[in-house]
Amino acid sequence: MNAAVQFVHEQLTAKKEYPRFKAGDNITVNYKIVEGGKERIQSFRGDVVKTQGTGATATFTVRKISDGVGVERIFPFLSPNVDSIVLNKVGKVRRAKLYYLRTRSGKSARIKEKRV
Amino acid sequence: MKGIIGKKIGMTSIFGADGKQTACTIIEAGPCVVTQVKTEDSDGYTALQLAFGDKKEKHSNKAETNHFAKANTPAKSFVKEFRDYSIDKNIGETVTVDIFAEGESVDVVGTTKGKGFQGVVKRHGFSGVGEQSHGQHDRQRAPGSIGGSSYPSRVFKGMRMAGRMGGDRVKVKGLKVIKIFADKNYILVSGSVPGHNGSIVLIQK
Repeated sequence: MNAAVQFVHEQLTAKKEYPRFKAGDNITVNYKIVEGGKERIQSFRGDVVKTQGTGATATFTVRKISDGVGVERIFPFLSPNVDSIVLNKVGKVRRAKLYYLRTRSGKSARIKEKRV
Repeated sequence: MKGIIGKKIGMTSIFGADGKQTACTIIEAGPCVVTQVKTEDSDGYTALQLAFGDKKEKHSNKAETNHFAKANTPAKSFVKEFRDYSIDKNIGETVTVDIFAEGESVDVVGTTKGKGFQGVVKRHGFSGVGEQSHGQHDRQRAPGSIGGSSYPSRVFKGMRMAGRMGGDRVKVKGLKVIKIFADKNYILVSGSVPGHNGSIVLIQK
């Protein structure tokens, strides 16, 4: 990252501590939403499809099956609306972008867990 | 009018208090030295000449060196005049990013990236001629007809055709000043700014 860009983000962006995760891991993202003027925390649990970008604009995509429909959400790593991230399972995958999950369903869309 | 000369550093995005992401450009602006004050009496108009960026002494000729010596400053690489400057400054004084306030709306002038020789689809937004199938070929990005035949027997001036694109002076109006770091001379403006990273831009209001 450019030194100037780094300086700007040191000043303006709050530091965040998350567990390290990668594509294939199962995580729960607790994020803030404003509903009727009140703020509350909602959680989104699913598999990480990809992490993308560098520095301040990096994002990650989480996919889950909600009522039989695949739902993907993109979260910026540094968003102040992401309250916390919980790492549930470490997945055993062989690539960094799991786009193949989109065309699969049921047992073949499952990711094997890596036992450590 | 007030203004300052700066260097485009690059783009990033900033999260607001509401959690919304705003794209913004970081510009290293100033400090600029006032190298000449033009007045109604001596020059027929009022203006302030600002100089920005360092360069080596050996790269300026005698005329330039003496001109900068009047303002008591070493040689500068970029000089620009601002007409009817609203802040009173004397020769030799500096202009810094402090002249702008956060939340203020500014215009940014820069030179766009050169794109080289480009066709009409990219250069003027034409949609091209013809379809992909039905026996047509080699016409997808063509300009089409450029005018009549025996009348007027010529092509009108200003007809939009392929050619050199980019490298133009462009002013982007109404960018918001998001943040100012006075000690680092950084100014963050919303949105994008013409030119590549490291190019000279003018911030004015």
